This record gives sequence, structure tokens and C-alpha cells, in this order.
Amino acid sequence: MTFGGQSRSLWTAIAFIPILLVAIAALQQRIDAQTSTIAKEQEELLVRSGRVAKNLSLGYDSLLADVYWTRAVQYYGGRVGLPGATFDLLWPLLDVTTTLDSHLMPAYRFGAIFLSEQGEVGAGRPDLAIELVKRGIAANPGEWRLQTDLGFLYYWRVRDYKNAAAAYWQASKNPAAPVWAKLMAARIAQKGGSIETSRMIWSELYESTKDPNVKKIAAQQLLSLKAQDDQAHLDKLAAEYAKRFGHDPASIQDMVAAGLLTGVRRSRRIRLRARARREIAFKSKQSYGHRAARRSRSPLDPQSRRPFARFLVTSRGSRGNENPLQ
Amino acid sequence: MSTPAIEILGLTKDYPVGFWRKRTRRSLDHLTLEVEQGEVLGFLGPNGAGKTTTLKLLMGLIFPTAGTARIRGRSIDDVGMHRAIGYLPEQPYFYDYLTAHELLDYYARFFGYGAAERRKRVGRFLEMVGLATAADVQLRKFSKGMLQRAGIAQAILHDPQVVFLDEPMSGLDPVGRREVRDIILQLKQQGRTVFFSTHILSDAEMLCDRVAVLVGGKLQGAGAPGDIVSMAVHGMEILFEGRQGRELPRSLAERAVHLGGRYRIEVPEDELYATVEHLRTCEARILSVTPVRPTLEDYFLRLVGREKSQSHAVEVLVR
Amino acid sequence: MSALTAVVAINTFREAVRDRVLYNLVLFALVMIGAAILVGQISIGIDRLVIINLGLSAISLFGLVMAVFIGVGLVYKEIEKRTLYSLLAKPIGRQQFLVGKYAGLLLTLAVNTALMTIGLAGALFYVGRPFMRSDLSILVAVYLILLELALVTALALFFSCFSTPMLSTLFTLGIYLTGSFAADLREVGDLTRSPLLKGFMRALYYLLPNFHNFNAIAVAAHGETIPFSLVAQNTLYACAYVTVVLLAAAAVFSRRNLK
Repeated sequence: MTFGGQSRSLWTAIAFIPILLVAIAALQQRIDAQTSTIAKEQEELLVRSGRVAKNLSLGYDSLLADVYWTRAVQYYGGRVGLPGATFDLLWPLLDVTTTLDSHLMPAYRFGAIFLSEQGEVGAGRPDLAIELVKRGIAANPGEWRLQTDLGFLYYWRVRDYKNAAAAYWQASKNPAAPVWAKLMAARIAQKGGSIETSRMIWSELYESTKDPNVKKIAAQQLLSLKAQDDQAHLDKLAAEYAKRFGHDPASIQDMVAAGLLTGVRRSRRIRLRARARREIAFKSKQSYGHRAARRSRSPLDPQSRRPFARFLVTSRGSRGNENPLQ
Repeated sequence: MSTPAIEILGLTKDYPVGFWRKRTRRSLDHLTLEVEQGEVLGFLGPNGAGKTTTLKLLMGLIFPTAGTARIRGRSIDDVGMHRAIGYLPEQPYFYDYLTAHELLDYYARFFGYGAAERRKRVGRFLEMVGLATAADVQLRKFSKGMLQRAGIAQAILHDPQVVFLDEPMSGLDPVGRREVRDIILQLKQQGRTVFFSTHILSDAEMLCDRVAVLVGGKLQGAGAPGDIVSMAVHGMEILFEGRQGRELPRSLAERAVHLGGRYRIEVPEDELYATVEHLRTCEARILSVTPVRPTLEDYFLRLVGREKSQSHAVEVLVR
Repeated sequence: MSALTAVVAINTFREAVRDRVLYNLVLFALVMIGAAILVGQISIGIDRLVIINLGLSAISLFGLVMAVFIGVGLVYKEIEKRTLYSLLAKPIGRQQFLVGKYAGLLLTLAVNTALMTIGLAGALFYVGRPFMRSDLSILVAVYLILLELALVTALALFFSCFSTPMLSTLFTLGIYLTGSFAADLREVGDLTRSPLLKGFMRALYYLLPNFHNFNAIAVAAHGETIPFSLVAQNTLYACAYVTVVLLAAAAVFSRRNLK
């Protein structure tokens, strides 16, 4: 073959390259169509274990974490809004991400919300969300946001008020945390039924805050807590009365008369009578006076056994420490 | 009696061979040789005789199994001794990404020359080996001959007292060979010692004060070329041309070798004049009359033949 | 002695440059530019983190590839090409030659890394965050990567003294991988019952170069500081280990018969 002949056939062959490239592209499309039907229900996440991913990363952990994080976001974004969408891979993706880089805040926060969200906008697994956020807290103890997220999860998703309040309380211990962390903690403790915790939180808040509005709220809340506390106690005594006498007391006076309630304010008539008896007793120094005095111990008597009774706001506006003997 | 420039004492080199590297092949067998200062020694031998091995041992590139050597009184283990020696390797390769100028400049740095001194030297030696015009060409573009010249330049640019050249003429055209011969002669004139290995015997005859012949790793003989080969004349060689139209007499035609229009005939010395007369009657044109002496080549071939037959015999015995 | 070593080192650097090794910077630049442009679209809220992660990982990876692939040829090539013959006939010892080759490759790596770091800074600048105090940890991470490369180069050089490039590459990468997982190996040993295996694993842990010591990419990406004492200790560790490897290389090479 002559030199000219060689180069001519070579150039002819080279001219075919664009055609071949087009064929390659077309074939690739066909292949994709086939494999997507096969793999439509299969979701490919080859490495589901965080530990394995860490070993495979050969030291490039945090970069791989970023890759997985991006994948998680793309995964969610690609599916949300589609009818019947599930987010089964969201947990493994976030699991791997956080194992590779335990300081990747956005992953924890994203997981907190979208792992626990129900329906078609989330994976509906608050338990996994809690686990993820707890893991984040363990690795990043200084991040109060994660702790408030945990509180949020416990409160709104699981209705576990005790743990929710504990989480907010933990968060609030961080000097960088804002005031509302403490507010929330107390709020939840109150609503959840744990009055002691709430009172503690509100008292501390009252003492520590410089904000007058917050102080006012704290004071109100403390009084409200007291009222709740009293209400609970009264209910208990009423039950005791019922047990003794077989029927519910008609009024507070009944309980007072029964001797169950010693620190309750009596009616004016009774008060005057009591005062008269005491004067007589004083004058006569008779045991009758003793008995009378004992029977008619006023709630405002410093010897009363109800220490917080001072705080009870009475209907006549009388305040504590009034001397009944005046 | 001054220290010999090169003293080789019982230098031996064995190479392990075979898959398990248990057997050894002796490539140099107790070589003992001395070279005086200012001498030019030709190291002769066929390929594989151990010439390159000897040079590599002297340069410290490989280590002897036995024996020692000294150059200018200093052991070959002494790296400082290298300051006074130059070496041209067989088939020289150099850093092909450097230009000739850069290569010489690089090597010059090992001798502690300042920048100005280096420039001077590099220029001078490039000139001397005929590479001045190619100074800025990358070595990867050099022909074999040019590389050889660069090799010679790097071997001598620091004015060494003892120069070792491994096949300095290889790869050179006749012009190049003449130039190298001139360089070697120049070095000799400067009083330097030259130790070069070659298998081109005519060069050795022309340049060397002494030759040493190595065959099969063993030194076969060393001495002045004239000493090794007897100067006895064997016969006379006559070159002549036949005249147009005239036939050669049969006696001559039988013994003559026809070489493209010319004839060559060897006759014993006492038949010389008779033959010349004979040719005169044929009106042949006599081109030259030369005495035939045994050359180094004859000596050489005889040695090689003997060595070959010896080693062959040894092989037969082993088998 | 060091003058001749420097001569060899600078020539080794020149060889790498003329071998167009530094063209890898073009690829690096493309990667960083691509990342800087795309990162805002792909990731949410962690653009700076991704750039630093990507940049430092690329610096580490490119450097590793260069250290291994050039390192395994450092001595081997000179022997194969016989360029060593004329060099060793000069008044330079074999050890000086070795150290010179090592220093030359290290210099190449340092220059390459420095240029890449500038590229990384450029990408960070483009993404929009002005330089913060915490960015110093990036420089510390780069320095630690250089220490890691120094160690890998020493290993590659060692193998180059007696092994072909293919095998040397496998050995060097093998040691790099096992060294990266050294901590896991020790854990495996700790978990077993056999005291012999535990002791062996422990010995292995201390013998192998622990490359995970030098990985501060995640730390730098999150802007945390790396304590100076750790940096100093790692420097000493690297120096000590490199010395051991270079001495071993010198021992192997000094009595090697060149072909």
C-alpha cells in the first residue's frame, strides 16, 4: 500500500468518529432506559454502614461526609412533593454522613426535622431523629442548638414532656444559649405536669434575668404555679374528707370545721367569736380558753403549719403577717 | 619510583547466576596490573571479557569479590579520590532533559568551581569536543556520536590526573575518532594517565604505550604493543592493477586476490623481486608494496581462539 | 557535604519541572474552580466547609500520587538509564546522592503544595467568605499534609533503591494504606483474647507509620485549632521516621552492585 493510500483510508476512518460517538450516546440512552426500569424500585446506596464508609474513605472522611450530605439533600429534594414518596434512605444517608463527620451541624438539624416529620414530607421516624440528635449532642457538647432540637423532638413529636424539659434545661446551661431555652424548659415542665421543675426554672429565671418583662412573667408564673399547687392540695384534702364522712365537703368551712384544713380563712362572725373567746380565756386563764384557741387557730397565725399560706391572696385583700389579735 | 597511577591487585568479581543465584560466574579473575603515571594503557579484549567490569570496579559502581585497587595511592573506596579521576562510561547516558551546557555545568558543580570558573571550563571543553554549536540543545536530541563527545567532555572538564575511558571511539565517525585520538594524545602530552578499553586494535596500536589483553576475565598479557607482537616480517604484500587487454600470467592469477580491479598478492620476502619483475613484464601497475607483520589482531584472535577452545573443553568436562 | 546534596536536590527539582510534573496544578485548578462555582448550588449552608474539605483532600491526594509515582523512580531510573554511572564517578558519596534525590522531590512537593494552597485560598475568596482567624488551621493542616508526604516519599525512595517501579508502588501504597488504618489494627488486637496476637498487633501499630496522625482536614474544615504541641510532636515523629527510612535506604544502596 502506498503512503498516500494509507493516509486516505486512515482519514476515512477518522471521519466515522462523530457517527460512532452519536451511536455511543444513543446506546447509552437505551441502556439507561433498561436499567432504570430494573432499578426503579431498588435504591442504590451501596454503603449503608457508617463504620464501613469510614474505613473505605482512606482518611478523606470529611470530604466523603460532604458528598453523603449532598446526596441526602438531593435525595430529599428529589422526592418531596411526589405522591407516595417515602424516605427510607434518609436515615442511612444521614447516619453515614454523621459517622464520617460528627461535627456536620446541618446534617443533624436537617435530620431532626425531616426524619421525624410525618406523611409525605418526612421519614416519620422520630425515634431515629432522636437518636441522630443525641449522637450529635454527644459529639458536640457545646452546641446548644442540638439540645433545643432534641427538646423540640421530645415535646412535639413524642410528647415526652419530662425529657423535653430536661433537654431545654441542658441547652439553657450553655452561656451562649438564648433566654427562650430556659423559658421553654419551664413552660414544658409546667404543661407536662411537673410543677417543681417549673418552679425551679422560673425562680432561677426570676433571679438571673435582667429583663423586666421576663421578671414579670416569671413572677406571674410562680404565683400561678402556687395556685396550682394549692389546688392539688385541696383536692387531696377533699378526698380525705370524703373518706371520713362519706360525702364531699360542701364548702371550705366544712373542711375547716372537720379539722382538715387548719390554715383557711374563716368568716367574719366566726372570727369575732374566736376573738371573744380568746379574750375570755386570757382573762380567765381557763382551759376552756385553750380549747377555744386551739380550735380557732387562724391561718394568719404564725404558728400555722402552712408556710406558703402567706402567699395566698385573700378576697379582702388582706396580706400576710396581719396580726389576728388586733 | 613514584606511585603508580593505577594499581590493581588480584581484583576478582563473581556474579551469582541461576534462578536461585547459587552458582557464580566469574567475570574477572584475579586481575593484577599496574599503570605508571603519564602512561596510556589500552585495555583490550573481546566483548564480555571483563573490561567494563574492571572499569566499574575501579569506579566503585560495583564491589569486588576479592582483591583491591588503588588509584594514585588512594583506595577505590575513597570517594574523595574521584576528584582526580575522570570516567567515560560505555554507552553513555546522561540526563536527557538537560542541554549539553547544563549537563557540564551540573557536573562541574561537584568540584566546587565558582560560577565564572564553571562558565569558562564548560565553554572550553564544549569547544574541544566540538559541541559548541549544540550547547543549548537538549541531550535527548543528540546523536550517539554527540553523546559520546559530551561524555568525553564531562570526563575531563575538571582536569583529572587519571582518565578512564570505556570504548571512547564507539559510535563515532572517522572524523570523531580522529578527534578523540587527538584528545587522548593531548592528555598524554599534558602528562595525564589514560586508561582506555577498546576492541579496535588499530587505535590501541597507535595510541598506547602499553596494552593489556583480557580474555574470559583473565589477563592474557600486558606490554608494549611492539613487545607483544614480534616484529618479524612474515612476507610482503603487493597491490597492483592489471593493464587493459593484458592477461595475467596464471601463476600470479592463482595466488592473487581480486578486489574490484585490483589485485593483492602475498609473497615470501625472498620472492619479492622476482614477482615484481614478473609484474613488470605483464605491464601491471604496482600500487603498493608493504611488509606483512603479525598484527595485534592476529595475536588477539589466537588468544581468543585458544581461550575459546579451552573454555569449550572445560564445558565438555563439566557436562 | 550538604553542598553536593543541594546540587543533586536542585537538579532533581529541575528534572521534575521539565517532566511537566507541575502541570497537575492545572487539573487542581480546574477542580477548585468547578467546586467554587458549584458548591453554592449543591450543598446548603456548608460552602466554605466543602471547599476546604475538597481542597485539602485534593492537595493530599495529588501530593500522594506525585510522591509515590516520582519517588519509586528516583533511584531506579538513574540505575536503569545508567545516568548514575557518570554521577558516582564524581566526588560524591552514595548517601549524599540519596539524600539529594529525596530533598529534590520534597522540594518539588513543597512548591506544588504551596501553589495549591494559594489556589485553595483563591477558591475560598471567591465563595465569598473573608479570611478569618480560624483559617490558620488550614495552613497547619497543609503543613501536616507535607509531613505525611515527606514520609511517603522516604518510603518510595527506599523501595526505589532495590525494587522495580511497579513493585515499589505496590509496597509504598500498601504501607500507606495499612498505616492509615493503624489505629483499627490496634483495636483488632485489643479485642482478641490471645496475648500473643495482641502484642503483635501492638508492635505492628508502633512499627508502621501512622498516617492518620497527619490528617487534620476535618479539623481545619470546621475551623478548630490544632494545638501547637500536637504539631510539634508530629514534626518530630515525621523527622524520626524519615531518618530511619533514609538510613535503611542508605544501607541498602551503599553496597548495591549497579548493573
